[in-house]
Amino acid sequence: MKSMSLKTRSIVLSIALLFAFAGLWQLMLPEGTGSAANMDPAYAALMGATAKGASAMPGPLEVAKQIWEHVLNPFYDAGPNDKGIGIQLGYSILRVLVGFSFAIIVAIPLGFLIGMSPLFYRALDPFIQILKPVSPLAWMPLALYTIKDSIISSVFVIFICSVWPMLTNTAFGVASVRKEWLNVAKTLEVGHLRTAFRVILPAAAPTIMTGMRISIGIAWLVIVAAEMLVGGTGIGYFVWNEWNNLSITNVIASIFFIGLIGMVLDMILSALTRFVTYAE
Amino acid sequence: MSANTAATSQPRIRVEGLAQRFPAPDGNGETTVFEDIWFSVEPGEFVCLIGHSGCGKTTLLNILAGLATASAGNVIVSGQEVTGTSLDRAVVFQSHALMPWMTVMGNIAFAVSSKWPRMAKKDLHAHCQKFIDLVHLTGSENKKPSQLSGGMKQRVGIARAMAIEPQIMLLDEPFSALDALTRGSLQDELLSICAETEQTVFMITHDIDEAILLADKIILMTNGPDARICEIVENTLPRERTRNNMHTQANYYPVRNHLIEFLVNRSVGFKDELASPDYDPRHPPVVGPTVVTDEAGETGTGVLRAQA
Ligand SMILES: Nc1ncnc2c1ncn2[C@@H]1O[C@H](COP(=O)(O)OP(=O)(O)OP(=O)(O)O)[C@@H](O)[C@H]1O
Ligand SMILES: [Mg+2]
Repeated sequence: MKSMSLKTRSIVLSIALLFAFAGLWQLMLPEGTGSAANMDPAYAALMGATAKGASAMPGPLEVAKQIWEHVLNPFYDAGPNDKGIGIQLGYSILRVLVGFSFAIIVAIPLGFLIGMSPLFYRALDPFIQILKPVSPLAWMPLALYTIKDSIISSVFVIFICSVWPMLTNTAFGVASVRKEWLNVAKTLEVGHLRTAFRVILPAAAPTIMTGMRISIGIAWLVIVAAEMLVGGTGIGYFVWNEWNNLSITNVIASIFFIGLIGMVLDMILSALTRFVTYAE
Repeated sequence: MSANTAATSQPRIRVEGLAQRFPAPDGNGETTVFEDIWFSVEPGEFVCLIGHSGCGKTTLLNILAGLATASAGNVIVSGQEVTGTSLDRAVVFQSHALMPWMTVMGNIAFAVSSKWPRMAKKDLHAHCQKFIDLVHLTGSENKKPSQLSGGMKQRVGIARAMAIEPQIMLLDEPFSALDALTRGSLQDELLSICAETEQTVFMITHDIDEAILLADKIILMTNGPDARICEIVENTLPRERTRNNMHTQANYYPVRNHLIEFLVNRSVGFKDELASPDYDPRHPPVVGPTVVTDEAGETGTGVLRAQA
């Protein structure tokens, strides 16, 4: 073990933990439980076939098989209630990206304004402080009522939850640009726009990117819940649909894919953050 | 380039009755950083400002640069009143103030393209390279400031200031954060560059030897708050001095002792000198410490006094 690098040792340990987890999972599975006998009759009726003896809880191998099937055929489309997981994830990613992009368009200029102007900072602060802690899903009824379109409403919810971390981080990053860099620009008689793009933006970029990274994480959390509410398409709807189908295997498989995409999104943003980070 | 041309031609910088006051920390009234500051800098002259920490040197330099506005008084540069910053006045900041996300070349190019926005890319590069070479940073063009030593960063700051070919360079303790050896070689570089280009320089320093080596004229500022200009010391050493030979100059010790005497004793108790009827803030005393030999052949230190 000593001769292996930390990296290989950590990979070996990760694989060992995975197998231990899968083994424990398999062991904990109840054998032939869920018999209708000791079940509330109404619940038993609800559970249907499962209640008649088959275990609803799949084993790790079943889930792995299901995941593999999804990987092999992610994009099939057999009607509104039977689409490949790739299509459903695609819908969710698209909504997140659209809402997130709108949030960038609004949050970055507004953050610049707040960060540069103490007047706007003070004037807008009470609104931000009150709106920021509101759960994005609380906006959903209002969005559905005003927009009258479930897809746009879920995009709006993504927008509203992504906007706050970006806004506050941009404002903070812009406000804490070192005075001396601004003085350099001033002594060189650099115009406002050039100062914004060549000095303030690069100086604040790491802070702004950190805000974006937080935003995309929250957006990916929220989209699942939003799609469960509005239905139709998306991974959130898919999970809810599979729950209604009592396919716990698919629910667990979806959890895996949701986690995977979330990780990839975070990795992309983290790489971008590293790209704009500078050493002082 | 000395005081005798001042009567006929216009000074490069003329400071008239400058004062700076800030609201007092306790909220009532004001504290005066400095008051009634008058002096001038001739074209091609190298002027050093010496004073204790906190007496308002940076504040004064920021006003000269146009980065801050004085509470009273004017700064006139080449006949024009200063109302803001200008590309004719380049500043080397106390902390180098390089943009850490730009390379050495990028930092200098940012300044050069600010002065000449329409300069062709090739010319821009060549122009920047000239000043990088001038401060002996050839080969480090593509390094980021974080990859440079403290002395190298200061040299980039100097190159950035010189590259816009300003009328005046304003330097705020550019070498004070460096070790003695690096400081010495940078002083030599600055001296030769300024001699070559006949640059007008206004520089703040804490270091007496640095002032004697570089300056034609040394302005002494008393302690704050309410700092004044105590006097202006003309450097009596010959212009050909170098860091290695200046100690052997006859006038070196008279000048040096005069400056130390000021920093140690007079800067504190200047209030008494101020009260004397001879002191005129518009014409602070100009002195030139030299060696005098009296009739008996004894050498001592004499101080030439003159009115500006
Ligand atoms: N914006 C400001 N508001 C209030 N007081 C200020 C402000 N700027 C400077 N001062 C005060 O003015 C005085 C002079 O400051 P300054 O930075 O000019 O000193 P300095 O002579 O450059 O000192 P050092 O040699 O340490 O750099 C200090 O007492 C400082 O507290
Ligand atoms: Mg200072």
